[in-house]
Amino acid sequence: MTLPLDAMLLQQLVNGLTLGSIYALIALGYTMVYGILEMINFAHGEIYMIGSYLCIIFLGIFTYFGLTQSHLLLSLFLVAILSAVTCAGYGIAMERIAYRPIRSAHRLSPLISALGVSIFLQNYVMLTQGSSDKVFPHVFPISSNSFGAFPITPIQLFIIVSAILLMAGLHFFVQKTSLGKAMRAVAQDKMMASLCGIPIDRVIVVTFVIGSMLAAMAGVMVSIYYGVTSFYIGYVAGMKAFTAAVIGGIGNIPGAMLGGILLGMIESLGAAYVSSEFKDGFAFIILIFILIFRPSGLLTKNA
Amino acid sequence: MQMLSSFKTILIGSLWCGLLVIPFMGVQGALLVAAVLVMGAIGYQTIFRQWALGRFSKMGLLLSGVYSRLRTPVLGRRFWGIGVVALLVVPIFLNNYYLDILTLALLYALLAVGLNITVGLTGLLDLGYAGFYGIGAYAYALLSTKWGLSFWLGVPFGAVIAASFGLLLGVITLRLRGDYLAIVTLGFVQIVYLVLNNWDSLTNGPNGILQIKQPEIGSFLLEQPIHFYYLALFFLIVALFVVYRIAYSQMGRAFCAIREDPIAAEAMGIDTTRMKILAFVLGAGVAGVAGVFFAAKYTFVSPESFTFFESVRILTMVVLGGMGSLFGAVLGAFLLTFLPEMLRGLDLYRMLIFGATLVLMMMVRPQGLLGTSHK
Repeated sequence: MTLPLDAMLLQQLVNGLTLGSIYALIALGYTMVYGILEMINFAHGEIYMIGSYLCIIFLGIFTYFGLTQSHLLLSLFLVAILSAVTCAGYGIAMERIAYRPIRSAHRLSPLISALGVSIFLQNYVMLTQGSSDKVFPHVFPISSNSFGAFPITPIQLFIIVSAILLMAGLHFFVQKTSLGKAMRAVAQDKMMASLCGIPIDRVIVVTFVIGSMLAAMAGVMVSIYYGVTSFYIGYVAGMKAFTAAVIGGIGNIPGAMLGGILLGMIESLGAAYVSSEFKDGFAFIILIFILIFRPSGLLTKNA
Repeated sequence: MQMLSSFKTILIGSLWCGLLVIPFMGVQGALLVAAVLVMGAIGYQTIFRQWALGRFSKMGLLLSGVYSRLRTPVLGRRFWGIGVVALLVVPIFLNNYYLDILTLALLYALLAVGLNITVGLTGLLDLGYAGFYGIGAYAYALLSTKWGLSFWLGVPFGAVIAASFGLLLGVITLRLRGDYLAIVTLGFVQIVYLVLNNWDSLTNGPNGILQIKQPEIGSFLLEQPIHFYYLALFFLIVALFVVYRIAYSQMGRAFCAIREDPIAAEAMGIDTTRMKILAFVLGAGVAGVAGVFFAAKYTFVSPESFTFFESVRILTMVVLGGMGSLFGAVLGAFLLTFLPEMLRGLDLYRMLIFGATLVLMMMVRPQGLLGTSHK
């Protein structure tokens, strides 16, 4: 017997998967930094916001020089790379200025510092780019053609596929390369890792760079997906991505991927079938249940 | 030699930041940013550092003397006495604008003193404090507009209702440790906000509740800013007294023991679970009182006043003042209420500077202005 999957459900599932891929990419940054520094990097959402702005700014520049009209895919690729590199620069600056000097201080100090960075970056973007929403330049031939009866737009497909590729790349990096191995060692025991000759500072910087690049990619995707961005999107997205990281088990990389996609699904299904007003609340209600019944997250073994 | 390398760091850092801002501010803006950063950093290295080390002048030495007096754990009664007398006398000379700001500072001081029980003394990271504050405010707003409850009954009601939510949250989270607790409390404040914002039939949604009753003594209605100023001062002094007594009682020592080392505290026979819940409930109760005061002063409440950002603001006051220090919490509340007001002339740049100040503050003194704990 085949279940009749109605079109709306399918549509919501695809939307959820798209949203979830974006959450998952941001969640990875939270979870990696937490795994290594045991600190909630509250300013991570702002990196994502900056990524979404950079995408629009760079695309604007490319359109001005006529590159998007002639080579659309190449210019999108370049925009993504440039945004990721710039965001990595922001990540490094953030780590050096706000976190490294107080790494050994009380647990709450980096938190306050992170909030300071977050407020600063939001206002910096608002002041330099204006407080109104930033609209994406029209570069795409807008086509809503779905693949047969399957309700997925090319942009959604592009987001899901590139998120999967990025996550696979990250998995390969963490599991197979020597830097990835160093990262896992630092996450397990900083002291021991440094005794084994692993340069802790460099590993931490690399963590911030990768986290920021993934967040930048998420920002680029969200700009393309919604066609608009504003300076306050980092806060809500950051909260949700963080929730996703916790659902999967914070500090656990596959957990963040799973948590992000689950969260995106639950949100879009919940908004469609339960209540769209409480859309932002589902995440937290689920979070509280998970924390009560499985405090260490879905994918971690109970210690 | 060291000087030279630090100049190199400054130059590289400033260039780095300059490059980063190019997409947002253009090349000219980037050059300006880099130049300002270089000058600022050099100024800090050459002037401020010397001054802060007390080498610059006798003024510096004097200030650091006063400062170290302030940082002693048990603050002399004289300091408190002078502070209270000053706060009693000062409002006579102020106009309503400054009175309102000062009242707000007192209200935040009350909140910070309450949060200090949970975060400062017991070391539980509570990011949902604004939730309790909002519950207290809405409790009084609803009871007074629907049933005509008087302010003086509203205060204990608000405190009890907020405290029972504190109990609920405490019981839910008692198994969690450290950062997970922070996350659940964060979820709590978000849910409170969503409920206040969307339960239209009860809370009137985003429009909030209007025409909340002001307090009255006999037939005398408290409505002038100066009345509320003294009311807030009264609440703050009572709260300070109570928290001070708690902090130096057996219970307070148990709280501190949990903060310093939960396992050792448990081994010494402290019922850590009970104590943690108690710390939550006490903090929430103070927030409830502050909420009732807020509703009565402004005669209007809306969900916008009780967001996560408000929690952060109160937490920042506690951390900035110095964790666990009562005077620090009050000082932090005053500084962080006055700083944005003083920057009001800079208008747009206000929050930018506020954010940067938080980061700089943590760089210079991560344990807070009057903090002593180094854990």
